[in-house]
Amino acid sequence: MTDTATAPIVPSFDTEETGRKLAIICSKGSLDMAYPGLIMANAALGEGVETHLFFTFWGFEIINKKTMGDLKFTPLGNPATHMPQGMGGLPGVTHMATSRMKKAIAELDVPDIPDFLEQIVASGGHLWACRMSADMNHLTEADLYDEVEGIISAADFIELTEGAQLLFV
Amino acid sequence: MPTTTIDGHQIHVDDEGFMTAYHEWSEDVGKSLATQIGIDMTDEHWTAIRFLRQDFADRGETPTLRRVTVVGGIPTKRLFALFPQKPAKKMAYIAGLPKPQGCV
Repeated sequence: MTDTATAPIVPSFDTEETGRKLAIICSKGSLDMAYPGLIMANAALGEGVETHLFFTFWGFEIINKKTMGDLKFTPLGNPATHMPQGMGGLPGVTHMATSRMKKAIAELDVPDIPDFLEQIVASGGHLWACRMSADMNHLTEADLYDEVEGIISAADFIELTEGAQLLFV
Repeated sequence: MPTTTIDGHQIHVDDEGFMTAYHEWSEDVGKSLATQIGIDMTDEHWTAIRFLRQDFADRGETPTLRRVTVVGGIPTKRLFALFPQKPAKKMAYIAGLPKPQGCV
């Protein structure tokens, strides 16, 4: 089954500026909730979409130098693990579940959190920290991942992502 | 599968235009494909494309951007500069390979 087209078939890469923008709000600090925002950001950047991430509340764990490499996953309160809920509270279960998840992620060649942020920045992504979260936790830019561009208010973020599609995680 | 003629090369492609027959590709074809999408090939471009070809031959799938950086040794920033906007897809296209399947 071969048909020969007359005009060359060339993919449309939409190289002209489409102006598409994506704003992602990362508000959670557990391992399983950190990845979705980062994966979507990475995918958007790979498609040439201008992408801004805003880290707020528990999402600060992702950009706090002290915690970013040590996010955890707990089966507690998560019925999707299909484990008896009582087990989630036993000593060592969080550690075990976290190690398993990290291993599964690494097996897919998906980077850990610090490497993932580095890749997002290298791809042109913008990282922003929430002013209120910084104040609540008495953190300054020195405590945050070096590539975070600034600590800004929610209003600042809304302003700089004017016209963007928005994703809340 | 449609075929298309680019710069005198007749190749099998999918509906979008990505090549479907690994062995129909040559660097000459790659250069013509690059021209179609506005990329002027330099040695640095070729280093990336040759890595893609070799990695596909070894593993049977198109490497993701991350793999080109981590295993191929070309920084992500450079890939975005060499193949603007959509480096993973553009590299796959020029290398005559399917679009990468991986999410990251």
